[in-house]
Amino acid sequence: MAYDKFNILKSSAVPLPIENIDTDQIIPARFLKATERVGFGDNLFRDWRYNQDNSLKSDFPLNDNRFSGKILVGGKNFGSGSSREHAAWAVYDYGFRCVVSSFFADIFRNNCLNIGVLPVQTSAEFLQKIFDVIESDSDTQLIIDLPKQTITIDSTGAFENFEINSYKKENMLNGFDDIDYLMNIKDQIGEFAKNTPL
Amino acid sequence: MSKTLFDKVWDSHVVQQIEDGPDVLFIDRHLVHEVTSPVAFLGLKNRGVKVMSPKRTFATADHNTPTINQHLPVADPLSANQLKALEENAKAHGISYWGLGHEKNGIVHVVGPEYGITQPGATIVCGDSHTSTHGAFGAIAFGIGTSEVEMVLSTQCIMQPKPKTMRINVNGSLSKGVTPKDVALFIISQLSTSGATGYFVEYAGEVFQSLSMEGRMTVCNLSIEMGARGGIIAPDEKTFEYIKDREFTPKGAAWDKAMNYWSTLSTDEDATFDKEYTFDGSAIEPMITYGTNPGMGMRISGGIPTAESLDGGVATYKKSLDYMGYKEGDSMIGKKIDFVFLGSCTNGRIEDFRAFTEIVEGKKKADHVTAWLVPGSHKVLNAIKEEGLLDTLQAAGFELREPGCSACLAMNDDKIPAGKYAVSTSNRNFEGRQGPGSRTLLASPTVAAAAAVMGVVTDPRSLV
Ligand code: SF4
Repeated sequence: MAYDKFNILKSSAVPLPIENIDTDQIIPARFLKATERVGFGDNLFRDWRYNQDNSLKSDFPLNDNRFSGKILVGGKNFGSGSSREHAAWAVYDYGFRCVVSSFFADIFRNNCLNIGVLPVQTSAEFLQKIFDVIESDSDTQLIIDLPKQTITIDSTGAFENFEINSYKKENMLNGFDDIDYLMNIKDQIGEFAKNTPL
Repeated sequence: MSKTLFDKVWDSHVVQQIEDGPDVLFIDRHLVHEVTSPVAFLGLKNRGVKVMSPKRTFATADHNTPTINQHLPVADPLSANQLKALEENAKAHGISYWGLGHEKNGIVHVVGPEYGITQPGATIVCGDSHTSTHGAFGAIAFGIGTSEVEMVLSTQCIMQPKPKTMRINVNGSLSKGVTPKDVALFIISQLSTSGATGYFVEYAGEVFQSLSMEGRMTVCNLSIEMGARGGIIAPDEKTFEYIKDREFTPKGAAWDKAMNYWSTLSTDEDATFDKEYTFDGSAIEPMITYGTNPGMGMRISGGIPTAESLDGGVATYKKSLDYMGYKEGDSMIGKKIDFVFLGSCTNGRIEDFRAFTEIVEGKKKADHVTAWLVPGSHKVLNAIKEEGLLDTLQAAGFELREPGCSACLAMNDDKIPAGKYAVSTSNRNFEGRQGPGSRTLLASPTVAAAAAVMGVVTDPRSLV
């Protein structure tokens, strides 16, 4: 599925300073019954956002009026657990285009890159800096510059570089996905398949 | 150049290497289930493409199926719709489909090996993170997201950077009462849930060699819980013995040809790994988790670690213990439990039911405990009956349910109620994983059985 191109994103951010946020929290399994990709944003962090009687939990950052924006900032080891891409869909459909953390689980990182959410991995110190700055001023803007591979705290000018391989970077900049690439080399794949032992 | 087992299998499946980008990896076997595939099939439709290799693709329904009255129509309309979508997609693309009630139906990672779909040296993917299970056979197997399911359906390939390699050696032998699940929970507790992120793990050493194929599957299954891309164990006589004559394994001359390839599948003597750990098997004890991730495991006879003993993450740690209703330093022995779940692709195979039955034989289920015993597949279910385990279980007050993922992810009606404690043989103890507000204690079938009859967390070694 094609997604919007990603270039430079300047936005305020929503902080979630919790470690090991797993995909069961991002989107609980009972919301995986759809056969189409619609409406997942509504159930993002469902059980952290809502009480059992469906009333809002006011102390959860997503429900806190101070915080908004297209960037989600999470604690270390973000996205562990289930491979459900629905977790990345929920993040995207809610309106986030970028997740910042000091460490990502593998499959979640991959899923994000495949659907147009940019995972930005910072050092633990820089992540703490971001949390601190948002805590003191919730309107703090972060600037994610994909071409330059930098993340900058606008008010202080503090920045850090982040990694992304050049293939994925090109994809994100152009809004391409892997299937477009693979479809183009299908003949080569067909030849390869003829010679596999199993 | 000397290579690891992982390198050998990976390298032989690379169709193309992209500079400063991922490898294009050819996939031999693709397992499909109802939850992570519908949007992928939709993508195919939108692009106007067909499944490239239906013969390499196998579909089963497991995540979202009821575990009682499977002969009746599925009551939940959303679940029924998802099952119908898979059935129609399988039919439209000529994929073999083992739906609800089919004699070969079961959890995707249980039926794959049962029918010989899982083979050494193969690349196997599925839209479920515990695909790592199949690594027990010397395959490269890992979970993928729905976009990747669409890639494999349409091009039989996936694009991934090659992971780094790690070897975990467990030497010596296991003490009595210690199971493969304990070995895995022990390793995860040592490495943490992110300790192997970015790595593919080879398990080596006497302990893994001595395990049955079922035991090896349990260990490889849990690789993902320490963040690993997957786990792999070199195939040996036990492996070949297990797969021989199964429905989808090669026969006759094709078998001999495959054996030529399979016999090369071990790590070269002087190959090196990016990281290596070594543990002593005899030091491992029965394990149980006390927190909300699988890395929060401890010796069943020990005490819950104090926040002070950790390096960092104190706030998250306290949040986790609060959720569980436990305190630092508490002993787990004697903690009251409400539910027991025996099943899942981690511990839903025949060996697990044997281990459970051995403990409960001649005893009675505790009155206040609700026990869900869910076989991993119909084949397992039949074996339970044929081996007479069912009679023993029933005499002890247990019932058997029908196959499926069940309370492992609680997508169907098998949900642990809020606040209740479940000793579970599955793989994840995240907040709400087994139902909103549920509290999960991960453990082996043996520990689960002891808890089921005593009604409290019990060291199984005290019962035999
Ligand atoms: S039993 Fe659990 S982990 Fe295994 S395939 Fe089913 S949902 Fe996934």
